Amino acid sequence: MTTTTTDAALVAQPTSRRAPRDSRYTRKNAHLGMHKKKSILLTVIMALVVIYSLLPLFWLFVSSTKTQTELLSSFGLWFSGPFSLFDNIGATLTYDDGVFVRWFLNTLLYVVVGAGGATFLAALGGYGLAKFNFPGKKGVFAVVIGAVAIPGTALAVPTFLMFSQLGLTNTPWAIILPSLISPFGLYLIWTYALDAVPTEVLEAARMDGAGEFRTFFTISLKLLAPGLVTVLLFTVVATWNNYFLPLIMLSEPTWYPLTVGLNQWNAQATTVGGDPIYNLVITGSLLTIIPIIVAFLFLQRFWQSGLAAGSVKA
Amino acid sequence: MTTVSPPASGLVAPKRHKQKLDWTGWKFIGPFMVVFALVLIAPVVYSIWLSLFKDQLVGGNQFVGLDNYITAFGDARLWESLGRVTLFLLVQVPIMLLLALAAALALDSARLHASAFFRISIFLPYAVPAVVATLMWGFIYGTQFGLVGSLNDFLGTAFAPLSNSWVLASVGNIVTWEFVGYNMLLFYAALRVVPVDLYEAAELDGAGSFRIIRSIKLPALRPAIVIGTIFSIIGSFQLFNEPNILQSLAPNSISTYFTPNMYAYNLSFSGQQYNYSATIAIIVGVLTAVIAYAVQLSGSRKES
Amino acid sequence: MKSAHSSRGRFGRTAAVIGTGIALSIGLAACAPAAGGSADSGTADDIAAALKEKSTITVWAWAPAVEDIAASFEKEYPNVTVKVVNAGTGNDQYIKLQNAIKAGSGAPDVAQIEYYALPQFGLSDSLVDLADFGFDSFEDKYTASTWGSVNLDGGIYALPQDSGPMALFYNKTVFDKWGIAVPTTWDEYIAAAKTLHAADPNAYITNDTGDAGFTTSMIWQAGGQPYKTTDQTNVTIDLQDEGSKKFADTWSQLTENDLVAPVSSWSDEWYRGLADGTIATLAIGAWMPGNLTSGVPDAAGDWRVAKLPTYEAGVPANAENGGGGDAILKQSKNKLVAAGFLQYMNEGEGTQISLAAGGFPSTTADLESDAFLNAEDPYFGGQKVNELLASSIDDVVPGWSYLPFQVYSNSIFNDTVGQSYADKSDLNTGLEAWQKATAEYGNAQGFTVNK
Repeated sequence: MTTTTTDAALVAQPTSRRAPRDSRYTRKNAHLGMHKKKSILLTVIMALVVIYSLLPLFWLFVSSTKTQTELLSSFGLWFSGPFSLFDNIGATLTYDDGVFVRWFLNTLLYVVVGAGGATFLAALGGYGLAKFNFPGKKGVFAVVIGAVAIPGTALAVPTFLMFSQLGLTNTPWAIILPSLISPFGLYLIWTYALDAVPTEVLEAARMDGAGEFRTFFTISLKLLAPGLVTVLLFTVVATWNNYFLPLIMLSEPTWYPLTVGLNQWNAQATTVGGDPIYNLVITGSLLTIIPIIVAFLFLQRFWQSGLAAGSVKA
Repeated sequence: MTTVSPPASGLVAPKRHKQKLDWTGWKFIGPFMVVFALVLIAPVVYSIWLSLFKDQLVGGNQFVGLDNYITAFGDARLWESLGRVTLFLLVQVPIMLLLALAAALALDSARLHASAFFRISIFLPYAVPAVVATLMWGFIYGTQFGLVGSLNDFLGTAFAPLSNSWVLASVGNIVTWEFVGYNMLLFYAALRVVPVDLYEAAELDGAGSFRIIRSIKLPALRPAIVIGTIFSIIGSFQLFNEPNILQSLAPNSISTYFTPNMYAYNLSFSGQQYNYSATIAIIVGVLTAVIAYAVQLSGSRKES
Repeated sequence: MKSAHSSRGRFGRTAAVIGTGIALSIGLAACAPAAGGSADSGTADDIAAALKEKSTITVWAWAPAVEDIAASFEKEYPNVTVKVVNAGTGNDQYIKLQNAIKAGSGAPDVAQIEYYALPQFGLSDSLVDLADFGFDSFEDKYTASTWGSVNLDGGIYALPQDSGPMALFYNKTVFDKWGIAVPTTWDEYIAAAKTLHAADPNAYITNDTGDAGFTTSMIWQAGGQPYKTTDQTNVTIDLQDEGSKKFADTWSQLTENDLVAPVSSWSDEWYRGLADGTIATLAIGAWMPGNLTSGVPDAAGDWRVAKLPTYEAGVPANAENGGGGDAILKQSKNKLVAAGFLQYMNEGEGTQISLAAGGFPSTTADLESDAFLNAEDPYFGGQKVNELLASSIDDVVPGWSYLPFQVYSNSIFNDTVGQSYADKSDLNTGLEAWQKATAEYGNAQGFTVNK
């Protein structure tokens, strides 16, 4: 399961029945925005918070433009020496027969199959919980929510021992299977589906003779879209950054995701005759976070509209 | 939606004299539950099974019943690590949530320039993997060549973030940095759906911004605050990634039993004491569940 | 959900197919030649024969030279494929190895194992006794101390790959700048530490935040023998024996008085300190030159090597620090081929490749060769470092052994002794705590420790 407990009920309000008819944003602007003065003080304070958030990332970027020797001899927060960003990127991608690219493709695989699968399972399951009454429903709910509180390490060793009996360790399945379970995704879709998919629509489809799955795929999924995107976003981040379980499950670098691979490179400085490759670790880190930032920026638009749409009730 | 009790289902089966069981729902929840059983239920059961045995390097495997649990209750290292994450929780979580709250309120006030930029920038650290985050902060914390070292030289101070006395705060800082944006968005989303009429009414009544915050925004935020708190509590008890990666930079400040999760991890993978490790994990898991549930109960009780 | 019709006919057919299959495989097995690469023992001829057949072996190693050795090996034995995997450095790899051993599968055929970790794997019955392949006859090819490290309880569990007799690497530029003479005793070393730090508060004689490997090597040099194992499970740990106390009393003078840099070895800050002279010496194994050359190029020409300081002037003493060998896992299904590769790597042509890559050899032939001894290292200002390092091998104090759970013990070093570093208190207290925690673990694992 996604190890962070933090894919959250960000879509916490779709069931709010107090939401206004119009987009709150425009109304607020119309009535109040004109009267509100932009505060410089507040902006400055927020700017400090932003500096706090971005400072380490700035260090990362600056460091990735330096050569290995330059890294070890210059002040960390400003550029120094020849601008080597592209050399570093090249070196990162080709080091050790391009194993970084392999790790990148692995991570992509885990994210697409893992996060995609998790979103799908959560959608199916959440929909089922919201729209159907079935025996054992309360039990399902209790068990799933209870599972959230269990620390990852409680599961790591038994899962490892179990998977090695099944011959799954050191394979991508060891990473993908656990990441398919997102209890929060399930909970999210569940609460979202209660209102987003009106029962009347379902009953109409049933009367027309459509099967449950057909209804789900053709009608309900579209209605659930904003919630799905939110779940997808958080499962993507979680699977991209997945570190602990792959660390235990994989013994050979062939199937490492980027996080575990970077960690190994970082530890490599301690080999006899080996070279410390901090510049590669840093450039690699930069390359690792860029796709997720891009994905996030991209998905953010959909998720924002999801929030707004979620607050509009039929 | 704030309580964790099952919401009223939208579909109510028509009452009949003989209730026919409708299993259709299982077709939907089924796939999830199958994988769930494999990757969550099975390991938990196996974990409980493991905790009842003891497998020694010399002597093999034996059933020992509750011996492991008895040892655990007398284990000073376990209590030290539990105490540490509790302290962490009591300090870091409020600070982070307050910061996130302030940021969310600021964003919501529409009195910021470039609020979209702020929103995205503060959220960005959430997208960074713990390995990278710890690498970056590890540099900053360096007293010889890091930013702190430079500041120390500049100000004549001798601050050592990775020393015994400060290391927990330093880890707390990394965690705050990683998650404040996430919590901020949680609160911001909750604020965005407050109905405008409430604000209009308040303005008509002549209420100032702080009054509005107190009477409208904060109550609207309560459910989000409860959820944010619960997740942060669970996260604090499960603290592992950041101290584990930082350990090589601060080996004397971060012990192998710094947090309960690290203790369980090292018991298994350094000491091959899988059974005792399972015991620790179960104890901590149960504790976490109890505390999270308690918080959730008190949060929803206050609401009603 | 079987279809009602024709199931009986189908069943009959299936049974026939299965039956034939079983019969065929039994027949084939009977005709098969005696097991090839999976044999548990063999002579040199058996190994040679196995190398002619098609096979694949997996090698877990982090030493960079291994990839080149594998490539060269594959050229000579084209039917064998050697997969070299970097499964992590040191402890990270041992964790994975232990996991695979516990799970019963997933272990490689050959694994690089450092000397201190060897007892843990060797005595737990996970490694092949190389005497089964006649490798016990190789004893004279290696130095006494490295052979002693692989010869445990009568069995030979690995072939040494490199060695690490300790030496003092010092930054001559820094020493000359402050007029510090190269110390030959530890008392002189401490005096030098004081002089250096007083002259330049940013500089330290060395760095130390507590390192288990360093501590055990230093106790070794001081003549201590804290770990004794008899009958495989009877263990005594005495980290307050004469040698341990001698080390702790001496070294505490540095740690209690802020005379060592608070920088962890192998960290980013450590490399920087070595480059800019704020870490002036390293008391470390003979394999360090390669690391300095590749990792600290900025300080080329500044460093020199000297013999490790001793406790008594004129009484030579030394210890091994780091270094390791390679072993064959019992789980291997290709032991003969693995043995062939192992021999090639650590006794045959592979040794030359390791040498060229900057490793410090454990083979006496190489250690005595003129080419090796007379090589002038430009990084060290043209000094004949090998000559000095090789001469210090004879000073290694004999009789040292590690615990059968040394890997674990080292992992809790910082929890215990590390606290003495953090508090700047007497290292003896830390050693006692380390002893207590380690003994507790040993007893919990079924050994009889200190009883």
